[in-house]
Amino acid sequence: MTVKPGTPVSRLDPEQIPRRDALGLLSLWSMATALLFATVGMLRLPKAAVLASPSKKVKVQLPETLADGEPFVPPGRSMAVFRQAGQVYAISTVCTHLGCIVKASAGGFACPCHGSEFEADGTVRKGPAPRPLDWLEVSTSGGALVVNEGATVKPGTKVNV
Amino acid sequence: MSDGPAPASALQEFRDNLLAVPGRIVATAFRSGRPVTDRARSSFVFGNVFLHLHAARTHRWSLRWATTAGLGIASVAAFLITLVTGVMLMFYYKPYTDVAYDSIKDIHFVVPTGRFMRNIHRWAANIMVVTVILHMARAFYTAAYRAPREFNWLIGLALLVTTLGLSFTGYLLPWDQLAYWAITIGANIAQSPREVTDAIGITATFDIGGLQRMLLLGSDIVGEEALIRFYLLHVMLLPLVIAALMAVHFWRVRKDGGLTKPADVNARMGPAPSDVYPVFSEMPAKTYHLAAVVKGRSPAVDGGPEQTVPSMPHLFYAELGVTMLTLFVCTALAMVSDAPLKELANPMVPENPAKAPWYFLGLQELVAFSAFMGGIGIPMIVLVGLGLIPYLDREREGTGDWCGGPGGWPLVQRSIAFGFSASLIVETIVIRYGWLREWFPDIPQLVITAVNPGTVITAIYAAYSLWLVRRYNSTRAGALGLFTCFLCGFVVLTVIGTYFRGPNWQFYWSPSDWPGH
Repeated sequence: MTVKPGTPVSRLDPEQIPRRDALGLLSLWSMATALLFATVGMLRLPKAAVLASPSKKVKVQLPETLADGEPFVPPGRSMAVFRQAGQVYAISTVCTHLGCIVKASAGGFACPCHGSEFEADGTVRKGPAPRPLDWLEVSTSGGALVVNEGATVKPGTKVNV
Repeated sequence: MSDGPAPASALQEFRDNLLAVPGRIVATAFRSGRPVTDRARSSFVFGNVFLHLHAARTHRWSLRWATTAGLGIASVAAFLITLVTGVMLMFYYKPYTDVAYDSIKDIHFVVPTGRFMRNIHRWAANIMVVTVILHMARAFYTAAYRAPREFNWLIGLALLVTTLGLSFTGYLLPWDQLAYWAITIGANIAQSPREVTDAIGITATFDIGGLQRMLLLGSDIVGEEALIRFYLLHVMLLPLVIAALMAVHFWRVRKDGGLTKPADVNARMGPAPSDVYPVFSEMPAKTYHLAAVVKGRSPAVDGGPEQTVPSMPHLFYAELGVTMLTLFVCTALAMVSDAPLKELANPMVPENPAKAPWYFLGLQELVAFSAFMGGIGIPMIVLVGLGLIPYLDREREGTGDWCGGPGGWPLVQRSIAFGFSASLIVETIVIRYGWLREWFPDIPQLVITAVNPGTVITAIYAAYSLWLVRRYNSTRAGALGLFTCFLCGFVVLTVIGTYFRGPNWQFYWSPSDWPGH
């Protein structure tokens, strides 16, 4: 204690914190701050900077016999590609609710996990899905159709082929 | 030094000491000697690092079967069984997506005792979920959460959440269809705050949902990174967390004065039968005055040691009995029922219906109404509500009695009837007539997120509970009603999810009505 003995000090008087106590408090708070920043810094580690996911662009070959409005699901992909009046569009089959793969048919889409149902254009008909199915970007490259699973477009966007 | 006459030579002394080694190892390991006197029994407890979480003496009330039904000890026993069998499984399990499924198949079909270990692990985990929930119900209905045990109730809630976390991360590891779609759904529940941020249009700047999903999966797809993260959670992070929480939980049971006892417990128990339980056959070495100095709630205060018996053997034998019973039930179930293993994970085709294990089917029923409210909102409301109970109910009446407090057992009976009917009526409306989206197709998503069958049931229960507080002029009465309703809702949702949901999560009276694929 650096306070001289005999000095009347109230414990409630903030001006009378002895220097040693103030330094002790300061060191405790600096330790707490350091630990806080160390923790926040550590949390950066599990947030990956580079994602090891495969390419999202898919070349699609539509079967000649595909009828208008019938879905075509490329093998191993979660999307349905449609041909309608000479135009092509692609709708993602990943449910907007909790990510299950919806089953595509000419009349719409149905999700096996929690019962969401979608119209043929992807809008929600029934169930817990919060928004319509995503429409995917379709482009042509050297005569082949390319669908980009990573890029969504405005619903209703169709491409002439 | 050896006892008796001085040895003839150093060689003689060496021989004597060598012969005395086994006895001396035992004597130095258990310094208090055989626990035959009360004093030695006390030393046996507080001289042992594993036993000293217990008090040296236990109140006779705590040893009654009806006080706890042994549910806490059964939970610990189930945890220890999963710990041991889990380490066994780690000899062969490989957390890589291309071999994980095969390694589980090897464990199941090739490894000696592998199937048995895996079955025990799975059954012990299931039993742990059951006993933890029942243990919480016991603590609630005997009002054991009241002062000074409020904080231990919160630790208990954290233990419940960690137990469910261990179960969830556990059934993801086989990388079968159940695992893959459970990870997908779990990660998307973590992302479901987007349901709200999308609706108010701030996802581009504040995407807490996307961040949570990214941290869980370590990628934007469910793959190797996700499996290794859940493996890390299951075998390292969560076991460490649960072990630390358990240590605090047990320590506080003791420091908060042992188990909850009614205020008039000594009168109820009557005089101790002195011929059965010798009380202080000699002066204790550790004085109870010291214990009394610590705080007014230490075990010996208020009751006098006459109502207590030595923990060794009375408490420990009871605990061993419960442990053996738990082990017996786990091994018996493991012999008659195999742990499930579905087909290899197929990212293109979910199972139809894709069902979680039974303890999450109530939650699955809730997320089938709204991902955010069912998966995050309502569970958070329930947890906060449970956590607030000990801080709102500051009454004293009925502590230590089953269904104690104003209203008592008749109130609980009425709450059971109310809890079942409210959830069943709302479910009937949903199943028979649909919900807001079917009635008003253009309704904004935010309205459905806020007003869906899950939130409606929650609101009805909360209103009923507030009415009980007014009707009985007691917070305890409201808590009794709310907790009972919560259990009933859990049962109703779980049963519907388990038995009455079929393909596309449609309602069916029986699986035989399911349409063929």
